[in-house]
Amino acid sequence: MNGMETLRTAFDAIRTRRLRSALTVLGILIGIAAVMLTVGLGQGAQQQVEKQIDSLGSNLLVVSPGSTTSSAGVRGGGGSATTLTTADAQMLAEKDVAPDVASVASVSTTSADLTAGTENWTTSIVGTTPSWLGVRARTVVSGRFFTESELSSSAKVAVIGSTTAENLFGVRDPVGQTLTAGGIQLTVIGELNTAGSTVGGDQDDQLVIPSTTWATAFSTAGGSSVSAIYLEARSGDDLSAAYQEATNALLTSHGVTATTADFTVSSQASLVQTATSTTQILTVLLGGIAAISLLVGGIGVMNIMLVSVTERIREIGLRKALGATPGAILRQFLVEASLLGLVGGVLGIVVGVIGALLLPAVIGYTVSLSVGATLTALAVSLIIGVLAGVYPARRASRLAPIDALRTE
Amino acid sequence: MTPQLPILELVGVRKTYQTGTLTVEALRGIDMSVQESDYIAIMGPSGSGKSTLMHILGCLDVPSAGVYRLAGEDVGQLDERRLADIRNRRIGFVFQQFNLLPALSAWRNVELPLVYAGVPRARRRERAIAALGLVGLEDRIDHKPGELSGGQQQRVAVARALVTEPALLLADEPTGNLDSTSTQDVLALFAELHAQGRTIVLITHEHEVAEAAARTLVIRDGEIVDVIAQEEMRAAARRSGAAAAAAARLTAGLGRVAR
Repeated sequence: MNGMETLRTAFDAIRTRRLRSALTVLGILIGIAAVMLTVGLGQGAQQQVEKQIDSLGSNLLVVSPGSTTSSAGVRGGGGSATTLTTADAQMLAEKDVAPDVASVASVSTTSADLTAGTENWTTSIVGTTPSWLGVRARTVVSGRFFTESELSSSAKVAVIGSTTAENLFGVRDPVGQTLTAGGIQLTVIGELNTAGSTVGGDQDDQLVIPSTTWATAFSTAGGSSVSAIYLEARSGDDLSAAYQEATNALLTSHGVTATTADFTVSSQASLVQTATSTTQILTVLLGGIAAISLLVGGIGVMNIMLVSVTERIREIGLRKALGATPGAILRQFLVEASLLGLVGGVLGIVVGVIGALLLPAVIGYTVSLSVGATLTALAVSLIIGVLAGVYPARRASRLAPIDALRTE
Repeated sequence: MTPQLPILELVGVRKTYQTGTLTVEALRGIDMSVQESDYIAIMGPSGSGKSTLMHILGCLDVPSAGVYRLAGEDVGQLDERRLADIRNRRIGFVFQQFNLLPALSAWRNVELPLVYAGVPRARRRERAIAALGLVGLEDRIDHKPGELSGGQQQRVAVARALVTEPALLLADEPTGNLDSTSTQDVLALFAELHAQGRTIVLITHEHEVAEAAARTLVIRDGEIVDVIAQEEMRAAARRSGAAAAAAARLTAGLGRVAR
């Protein structure tokens, strides 16, 4: 019996048992589509989290003031000291001091009440330098950010976050509007892009103004102390070098040792780590669900194949009685099971791809299809289908024809 | 009849079935031989082992002990491929229950042995239709078994057994499910095949079928207890009715064995 004949016999068998064939195909289809979509959802979520971390600025180092101990021995919390100054920021910006630091932005933050017309809103006011935009990996969606000359001239300008703008101005374009903060009237010259909430709070609810203007309005002591200094390393690989350089420079200029340091340098590494492990758990979880659905689908396919072959043991006996070799019987069932598996596999991939295209519109999450997961699912269901189809056929093909014919 | 090399020969063939602790001896030492162009009927009550014997003759089952030589070849020594080839080319087997594949049309059922013989498709259709013509079903080639009467299905099964033109035709109660007209048709067909030089061995309950055979083997409790020649069979039937004749011979228990 040649290949064409085997193929024809297989087609005949599939056509004759339409319902069973359809159920087998459906089992494989669902298994593969389920694996594609669940793994795709997991990977989509992972990519989204990675994008958010990137938007946070993964090359970012944050220098914050250390704790203070008063003469009476009362220790203030971290960040309560006023040991960091704009001078520190200027020093770190110098290339020969910290060559791996790409840019520096000192920030002073306070919470204050903003009023615009009859609306008022309490939010954090950030006094900083024009480099802030780049260091925090933000952009301005309308208008512009303030310039160096506006910084040096203490211009009364502000760049507003989207949440803050919405609360003060509603749907109106905030650019060109004026608002009052700390007794100073400020003109809004730009609106920041939306960045969402991160560990540092709502990144869309803030007002960014030149540090000089901030000092005039809110500074109480000294004038030159800052809440934090943001450093951007040249790249993610240079992060630890930048960390070392900044720490050493600050230790030297403050005249302290590592044990008595009055500042802390921290990176986003721990945040990245947490986020990564969270999405990894998510992916493992979804992968587990996918594996289970594949298993369930596979067992369904196995059941149908076993039953369908078992009830054809008489047919196997007859074919043997008419002169079929065990090999011919085996080939017939192998081709039949493979055909069903392939049809189910291809349809499953089609359904998976359609699902991946439609699902984001419905649930709002991206689905990132994985070739590896798809091929694994395809291979697993094919192997299960073929084994479940061929194993009973192989056993039956070894029976004496009359024993197979006697089977009920 | 001049003695020739027997086409099939059984020496001390036994078949034992093990069901749990119970051992059933279906055949207890069968010795028989069939010459080429012979026409033999096997009769016996149900449970006598005649179907088991037929299955062994058709290479559908293997004896527990003893030797079965088909055209001088010891079947017990053959591998699966050789056995498949023998079932395909040498033997045409007609089952009592027809055993047609319900999904396939008459000619597709008949062509099945040719598929395994590696005959090209166009030639297969030709030969299948010719075989169906031989059994008078040339106008039913595209009917599925469900659309045919019992007699027609039996004739399809006979056509399938004949399509590879085997030297040996084995039939297990080929007329068991047929009305008398169909029985006559099948008997006429067998007579014609016999006249063409084919060897026929069949199982039957019916005396008119046995009368058509050159010899009738009577089997009982797994042993051949008698061999009745055609003339004797016919004479007995004329004398006291077929059933009485057979019954008389069976109860006589003459342990004669066909050789």
